[in-house]
Amino acid sequence: MNSNLLVIIAASAVFYGTPILFAALGELITERSGVLNLGVEGMMLIGAVTGVWASQHVPGTSWFVVLASIVIGATAGGLVAALHAFLVITLRTNQTVSGLAITIFAGGLGLSSYFANVWNVAAKPASHPIRVLDVAGLADTPIIGPILFHQTILTYFSWLLVVVCTIYLFHTRIGMQLRAVGESPQTADAMGINVVKYRYIHTIIGGILAGVGGVYYSLAIVPTWVDGMTKGAGWIAIALVIFGFWRPDLTLAGAYLFGAMQSLSLTLKARNVHINGDILDALPFVMTIVVLVAVSSGWAHKRIGAPAALGQPYEREER
Amino acid sequence: MRSPLRLERRLSQPRSLRWLVPLISIGAALVLGSILMLLTGKNPITVFQRIVESGFGSKTALRGSLIAATPLAFTGMCAAITFRVGIINIGGEGQFFVGAIGASLVGLALGGQPTAFTIFAMIVMGMLFGGAYAALVGVLKARFHTNEIITSLMLNYLAGILLNYLIFNSTSYWRDPRSIGFPAGKPLEARAWWPKFELFGVQIPLGFLIAIVLGSLVLFLYRRTRFGFEVGVIADSPQAARYAGMNTRWKIIAVVTLSGAIAGIGGASDVGDFRHILDAKGLQLAGYGYTGIVVAALARFSPLAAVGVAVVIGGLTNAGYALQGPDFQSGLVGTLQGLLLFTAVAGEVLTRYRIRLRRTTTAS
Repeated sequence: MNSNLLVIIAASAVFYGTPILFAALGELITERSGVLNLGVEGMMLIGAVTGVWASQHVPGTSWFVVLASIVIGATAGGLVAALHAFLVITLRTNQTVSGLAITIFAGGLGLSSYFANVWNVAAKPASHPIRVLDVAGLADTPIIGPILFHQTILTYFSWLLVVVCTIYLFHTRIGMQLRAVGESPQTADAMGINVVKYRYIHTIIGGILAGVGGVYYSLAIVPTWVDGMTKGAGWIAIALVIFGFWRPDLTLAGAYLFGAMQSLSLTLKARNVHINGDILDALPFVMTIVVLVAVSSGWAHKRIGAPAALGQPYEREER
Repeated sequence: MRSPLRLERRLSQPRSLRWLVPLISIGAALVLGSILMLLTGKNPITVFQRIVESGFGSKTALRGSLIAATPLAFTGMCAAITFRVGIINIGGEGQFFVGAIGASLVGLALGGQPTAFTIFAMIVMGMLFGGAYAALVGVLKARFHTNEIITSLMLNYLAGILLNYLIFNSTSYWRDPRSIGFPAGKPLEARAWWPKFELFGVQIPLGFLIAIVLGSLVLFLYRRTRFGFEVGVIADSPQAARYAGMNTRWKIIAVVTLSGAIAGIGGASDVGDFRHILDAKGLQLAGYGYTGIVVAALARFSPLAAVGVAVVIGGLTNAGYALQGPDFQSGLVGTLQGLLLFTAVAGEVLTRYRIRLRRTTTAS
């Protein structure tokens, strides 16, 4: 029963969708404050490389090392995001170009690869990978067992995060103020909200979550370092925020859809289903374009949920 | 939490800033790069010395740098053309690949024909393939308002997968049937190789000369024609453009197609000038499209200046290849290029604002 193809695909959709979900939630929070960060791919790779490094060098019990790797990867992602925040919030540079700069600087041909070489992390696999758990012994339950109870700790954390984000954004005062900053910073400023502070904090939170997504790649999916290992997941995460209409729950659904497509090629190959592997590899990218076209045209043309001030610098002196 | 920095908008831009700002940007990137190297236990002065030596220090070094600069000149122009009018086409990478696919197709088919004829056909095919691939981005943006950043990026990955398919996972026309263990592209006949010219003893690839001509033509198009003027208006104020009766949609498509066509010619030059095969792996490892964005930003999105900047960045890349080894790690050059992009972007702020330190004692 548990080896049923659909169950395997659903279970791996959750497994492979988790890092995209982290990155997309981070980007969602960042964009809600009116800051566009196109550096997700770069922040994920920096998180991934520092995560492997930590896993190889931090001493202690397995649980402690895994936790430390996640924290270190998250911190690294947050630091890179802080750079973006400084450029676009304080210096008011073009958010698109600055985000691209983050990805080029930190990405597969840049700093992440440099760190990997200097630290020689690719030489051996991560010593303490993040393993899938058997939650309450339910992993063997038919159908839902592998999907819901046989995942890594980060997957469960991501579910908690979706709930927390939803409550934070739509049911707390700070979340409402955050949305005000993203919709109309002038109004928010008039209300006495510190626009700069809100934007800095939420841009950095976005980087932290992208870093966690990166650690998931290098410690849970591959358990070793490969240059450019996120293979475009950061960009898919950015697209997901648009598909999810800037809402955490819809983003979760989207992340698992893309997780399913990323895993299809592996799952089907392992079961000797003969479909051209390149077509399966292309699927997530083709789907991203198709869904994006569908969302951006027709009934969704008004970009439901998009923060009105997304991508615009705020200049108090200019009023 | 008030920021200690305060930006005052400049009322006028001093002319000296046009030279000063790029210099300050490069200087800042060198300083930041040095800090990074010191942190990872390297001596920045020796590293920079070796980069300059192996990038520009000799005729062989210069020749290698021009080879590295040629593809970047094309992808740099590709980015500059769209970025300067507010369209963010980051698909130069994929458009370059597809151009190489088209050009190698005719290059292989016409290999025995007169060289000039083959070269012309390769350029046209590279242009058509790259242009058509980019037109997809333009049509989606103009017709459905689809975010061109994401579509062009997804098309980069798809072009990479197409390359893998053609060379590694199929028995396509491009693949050398003799390569069984290590699949590789079919080599072009030597008659189809593009010629090189010599200036002061330094070999200059044909592609580089084409890039200079194209850069001048595009600059003319933007500065001196009605088309260029209208595209500029659309970029500055889409509403004004609509009131004036300009066809916004068609112009978006035209600009993106033009930029893709240029990247496609770059792909043709990659096959004709340098590799003489469709090199699926080499193209994907090079990252020309992304480095092209760095080139364009440093050139402040001027197509002709992009060709010049490409020589500098090409020298850096070439030095990276030459020096690569245990004490010169491969990601270092990419990191330095990323830092340059940062400082160039941040430098723009100096042209628009004066930066003042806020005096902390003033009570507000």
